[in-house]
Amino acid sequence: MSRSAEPLLSVKSLFVDYVTSHGRVRAVRDVSFEVNRGEVFALVGESGCGKSTTALALMRLVPQPGHVSAGHIMFQGTNLTELSERQITLVRGKQIGMIFQNPLIALNPVYSSGWQVEEAVLLDNVSRQEAWRRAFDIMGSVKIPDREERMQSYPHELSGGMRQRVMIGMMISRAPELLIADEPTTSLDVTIQAQILDLLMDLKARNNMSLLIITHDFGIVADIADRVGVMYAGSLVEQADVFSIFESPRHPYTRLLMRALPTGTKTEGRLETIKGSVPSLTEVPAGCSFNPRCPLAQDICIQERPPEREVAPGHSVRCHFSAE
Amino acid sequence: MFRYALKRIGVGVLVIITASIILFAIMKMMPGDPVRMIADPRLPEEALDRLRERWGLNKPAHIQYLSWAGNLLHGDFGTSIVAGQSVSGLLVSRLPYTLGLAGLSMLLRYLIAVPLGLIAAVRAGSAVDRGLVLGTTFLTLVPGFWLGIILMIVLAINLKLLPISGYQGPISLVLPLLTMVLPGIGGTLRVTRSEVLETVGEAYVTTAYAKGLGSKVVQVRHVLRNALIPVTVSFFLSLPWIISGSVIIENVFAWPGMGRLVWSAIQRQDYPVVQGVFIIITVLTVISNVIADVVSGFLDPRIRIEIEEAGR
Amino acid sequence: MTSFLKTAMQNKMFLVGSLIFLTVVIAAVFAAKIAPFPYDQINVLNALKPPGEGYLLGTDQYGRDIFSRLVFGSQIAIRIGVMVVAIEVTLGVALGLMAGYYGGRVDTFLSFMTDVTWALPPIVLSLAIVTALGPSLNNVVISTAIISWPGIARMVRAKTQSIKNMSYVEAARALGESDLSIMYRYILPNTLGIVIVLTTLSLPGAILSTTGLSFLGLGSQSPDPDWGVILSEGMNYIGVAPWMSIFPGIALVWTAMGFNLMGEGLRDILDPRLRT
Repeated sequence: MSRSAEPLLSVKSLFVDYVTSHGRVRAVRDVSFEVNRGEVFALVGESGCGKSTTALALMRLVPQPGHVSAGHIMFQGTNLTELSERQITLVRGKQIGMIFQNPLIALNPVYSSGWQVEEAVLLDNVSRQEAWRRAFDIMGSVKIPDREERMQSYPHELSGGMRQRVMIGMMISRAPELLIADEPTTSLDVTIQAQILDLLMDLKARNNMSLLIITHDFGIVADIADRVGVMYAGSLVEQADVFSIFESPRHPYTRLLMRALPTGTKTEGRLETIKGSVPSLTEVPAGCSFNPRCPLAQDICIQERPPEREVAPGHSVRCHFSAE
Repeated sequence: MFRYALKRIGVGVLVIITASIILFAIMKMMPGDPVRMIADPRLPEEALDRLRERWGLNKPAHIQYLSWAGNLLHGDFGTSIVAGQSVSGLLVSRLPYTLGLAGLSMLLRYLIAVPLGLIAAVRAGSAVDRGLVLGTTFLTLVPGFWLGIILMIVLAINLKLLPISGYQGPISLVLPLLTMVLPGIGGTLRVTRSEVLETVGEAYVTTAYAKGLGSKVVQVRHVLRNALIPVTVSFFLSLPWIISGSVIIENVFAWPGMGRLVWSAIQRQDYPVVQGVFIIITVLTVISNVIADVVSGFLDPRIRIEIEEAGR
Repeated sequence: MTSFLKTAMQNKMFLVGSLIFLTVVIAAVFAAKIAPFPYDQINVLNALKPPGEGYLLGTDQYGRDIFSRLVFGSQIAIRIGVMVVAIEVTLGVALGLMAGYYGGRVDTFLSFMTDVTWALPPIVLSLAIVTALGPSLNNVVISTAIISWPGIARMVRAKTQSIKNMSYVEAARALGESDLSIMYRYILPNTLGIVIVLTTLSLPGAILSTTGLSFLGLGSQSPDPDWGVILSEGMNYIGVAPWMSIFPGIALVWTAMGFNLMGEGLRDILDPRLRT
């Protein structure tokens, strides 16, 4: 795991809002994290915590009426939030790629798989033949058997795993430095999940690519992540390297999540649940958003939103009682 | 693809046969003894019986159907009682007027409604959008024939801009065309609008942007290409309705097409002509539906697979 | 039911549509009281009089009051509506239920019949039946309504298919409940909403079609105050008495609009996602 001095991606105080006729809904609140070169960073959290929105925001793909309202997204020295529409189009696919959760709906049903990969390659200004050749090669690197036939198949004719491979191939075809994977295995069978994760790690190593993976599955985190960021109700509550997160989580939410894992540190007894439920983004509690469900909650937790504090090198927590 | 098209055409043929049986059955219910109508009723009964025999009218129903169908396939639609000429000849002379009016109406309707639908979709929620939708929907509630009459009153009678009725050259097309096009815009506009709005939210559009494609490319190659599939298919599915609609409109404007022909034939109980028009319209309808299915399979690979799979 | 009506009334479209519909119903029910003249009262001396002078909307070629005829014509409109709804619902629901529930050959046969029905162009069947059985409003209405069963049947079929696989239906079947009972108790109530919406929305088209055929003389016959009949009589006097041609159309648009708004409103209430 090599680390150069400067991180590949540096997100600083990112805010993403949805502005509707009913008012403003804050989906992402003051999120800051970094992804280094050659690293796998996992953004974890339950549904609705804002992790997918954060990922979309990086490439300015947050759907209307959402938008980045504040913050910087530094990528290789450039602030992505300051780029024009034309400029960010040049970044997409070429420097940052993104694969999505459900390849059945994320691939256009009326174009063949091969063509959809070619379409990406053609953006690098090559001839049609060269594009086809490259697409053919890529189908090989994502380990799709019977390439010639499969390239002419339509997405709905392929199995879930194949589709995801096509999607991956499509998005790494121009050799981006960072690949964002939004729940890449959630819609796949368990056996296929492992294959796809292996493929991603393999491609990461071969292309010297960084991986930002969005997931709710701690098993995946344990498997491939180098660093982890835990999100809750739109904020990052803890981030650290993967070992620290599992062995010494500091935020009450992270700790409870660990205890709730079937493969967690408990070897006996019943699975614990976290009482209460995740708040909807329109009803985020004041102060620390976790306070209604937190066993450590005090008055200060309702009054003041805790700042993010570093409790150990590379390990920061957003909690008033992070010292323990 | 080829297999799919063949299947559809095969089903289409079956459908025409079934529909023709139904029509034949209905026609058999028509009152009046055809023999008395065609031949001189003063002839003695035996002579009429001989005529019946000659024309196969005393044979069982299914034999009559087969010979009638057989004649149809040879292009023999019988003879008009009133005009004395062959029905197929009459049909051939009227068909271009009906098809011309219907075809032009469809083209105009789509040329106007689809771009307007796109505008409404792009500006969804705005006053422009609401105005377009409401305005054109209101037009769909207006009875075509009444609209034609009003237009006739205003443009032809009061302002004397256009001919009132009949065919006096291409300018006669204007009033019937307006009458057929205006009420149809609403439906097409709404379909276009809703398909575009739905497609824009699809995950594969986000994927297209994520690949690095520019917005113009995404809008055409991914949004329009998908959203316009149902719109295109609806073009062919609407053809039968337009042809049916023209039956009424032609009579408002005395447009010399099949609608006018069938109406006057019904008035005069000229059954061979009536039957002939029914057959032609039915065949046209089935052809349109088959084309619609084939086109939708051609444009959307998912449908192709569904049908092929269902056939196995 | 009352809570449904309360929510329904809050939907503006449904509200306006219902009010319009109500005016037509009132006109139909109280026609004799509202109309100043009987619809067939002839008064040749006052023929072709323009609106005003005791005749609210003018008179026709026989001196009959147009306004009165329009008012009585609403009875015909309501009658058309009722008949169309009855036929569409019966055919569409019954066939859709069977196709969705039993599937297999029943379903294939039904989809074939749908193709055949589609093959018969809308007006042609009416023309055929009218030619064979003689012109009358009933013939025209029945033949128009019969053609529209595929639309409703398709929806009902889809709903049936999705419901019949639900666990509570399986449970009922395991407990020995008969097919008919299952259809009646579990599936039917769930299709009611969409059936009502579709039927209401089909009414404007049905009324326009049948009136169009009456206009051609193939439906209602003179002296019935069918709005289509009045319009067709008006064609002969279009130059001298345009009011004969204008007002019946307004009545038609008014009625069609009422049904359309009701239907759209209902669709909004029952499932806003279906909105176009």
